[in-house]
Amino acid sequence: MLTLGLVLLFFVNISFGSITIPFKEIYTSLTGGQASKSTWEYIIINYRLPKAITAILVGMGLSISGLLMQTLFRNPLAGPYVLGLSSGASLGVAFVLLGASLLPPFLSTILLSSYGVVLASTIGSSVVLLAVLMVSQRLRDTMAILIVGLMFGSFTSAIVGVLTYFSSAEQLQKFTFWSMGNLGNLSWSSILILTICVAIGLLLSLFSIKPLNALLLGENYARSLGLNFKKTRLIIIFATSILAGSITAYAGPIAFVGLAVPHIAKLVFQTSNHSVLYWSTLLLGASIMLICDVISELPGLEITLPINAVTSIIGAPVVIWLLVSKRKMIA
Amino acid sequence: MENKIILQASQISIGYSHKKEKIVVASDISIALKKGKLIALIGANGIGKSTLLKTITGIQKPLSGAVFLNEKKITDYEPLNLAQNLSIVLTEKLPPSNLTVFELIALGRQPYTNWMGTLSDIDIVKVNEAMALTQISHLATKKHYEISDGQLQKVLIARALAQDTPLIILDEPTTHLDLLHKVALFKLLKKLTHETGKCILFSTHDIDMAIQLSDEMIIMTPETVLQDEPCNFISKGSFNTLFKDEHIVFDAEKGKFMIV
Repeated sequence: MLTLGLVLLFFVNISFGSITIPFKEIYTSLTGGQASKSTWEYIIINYRLPKAITAILVGMGLSISGLLMQTLFRNPLAGPYVLGLSSGASLGVAFVLLGASLLPPFLSTILLSSYGVVLASTIGSSVVLLAVLMVSQRLRDTMAILIVGLMFGSFTSAIVGVLTYFSSAEQLQKFTFWSMGNLGNLSWSSILILTICVAIGLLLSLFSIKPLNALLLGENYARSLGLNFKKTRLIIIFATSILAGSITAYAGPIAFVGLAVPHIAKLVFQTSNHSVLYWSTLLLGASIMLICDVISELPGLEITLPINAVTSIIGAPVVIWLLVSKRKMIA
Repeated sequence: MENKIILQASQISIGYSHKKEKIVVASDISIALKKGKLIALIGANGIGKSTLLKTITGIQKPLSGAVFLNEKKITDYEPLNLAQNLSIVLTEKLPPSNLTVFELIALGRQPYTNWMGTLSDIDIVKVNEAMALTQISHLATKKHYEISDGQLQKVLIARALAQDTPLIILDEPTTHLDLLHKVALFKLLKKLTHETGKCILFSTHDIDMAIQLSDEMIIMTPETVLQDEPCNFISKGSFNTLFKDEHIVFDAEKGKFMIV
């Protein structure tokens, strides 16, 4: 049923925008036929379709990385955001977009290309990840790791604040747009890279389903069940970082999805079994991202809302409502 | 076969190492766990029972000496191989989750399932057996947080049974149980050791009952750690060394502690 909903949403997503295109035309166009208007076909292939695919990748990737983090850190509030991975990525991008003027012109041209931003973002999130990993090996306390993640968040915004002070209005605007999140504007080649990164992350997560179930009993029981904890932790953290890093690079830091979608899946399906949660989180993540994207470009609205604002405006109240109506909070 | 030693520790010292400093909880411990025996570990609070159990299950390393499981160092075991030989029940609380009783016990089958953790028919039979033995079959579909502490304790024991290992180690499995269920549990453990040849080691504060039902006992005092049969301990008067209090005296005839 979820899969069906996803397919439907996929069409709705492509259909809606500043110009509404009928479903039938989309179907013909996607199956290789000729749409009745060539402009429609152009919009579908070069604008709507890449955006819908990006939304699906982003939704799946962020939601799964949130699910992994929540089980690994035994904390319902864990997610790529909380652990500071997105902050690390932001810092990388901030350095490139805001700090490039401080570098010699030759270097700044390279950095300001789209690849530079992606690279900086991925490096930023991996640096934070390595730092969190190092801390997590010294501190066995999972709460401490989360606090370290929060500290990285404040540290990042402070540095970004300093950088904005020295940057021009144009640079600032560029960074602000990136930080609001954007699913569009991705070329087919960028989508290919993103797809590969997300696929690697999702595949690693698929192989982590059994260890994740063992971890529901806590680290000591999981070990007694034959789990190689260090290896599992490394795989999960690597999967999360590749998902969060690549997605943040291409689509900006997108809030709420990573934290909330796993919760929605858990509350809807009333289970902790990761072989159920994995697929439901995957489908729900993709669906919710498509819905958010449709809302951000509702027909009739002159402007396009930033996707990050939509995910937060819809998401935050949904999470609060779910938590309040379900008194017995289950991670 | 009768006296085959499954797990052996000779002259180990246990405790924690913080940075380079070592905090020794107890030292010079020698124990041997034999096939088909029900063994009780007793000692006052804070004496290091849990630390000893964690050390011989390989959760933490001994500060000196080594623990051997089937004549192989426990630290040299692959995690999966160890899981097929040793199962544990701990006192620690479970993290919050939506696991049902059945799912929780089925996790005990993880050392035998495929990469996805799919349960085979044999796995399901083993889980149902474990639930029947601990008399919790009626709880199967309940969430693990919906049942009482005593019931949860039985569920955790069932999980260890489902893991189907020759050695089971339990840390205070009777704490949350009332007298009726304590006796039932002790009898179950005894039955398991005698019928299936498993070796079961458990720590407990129910000394009277342990004296009556266990094959051997391990007594931890600040000075030494002793292992013997309960009747020998009684004749040697070892139980009087357990608590440093003149008001608690062990009555050898009745086999009970008396308050004077």
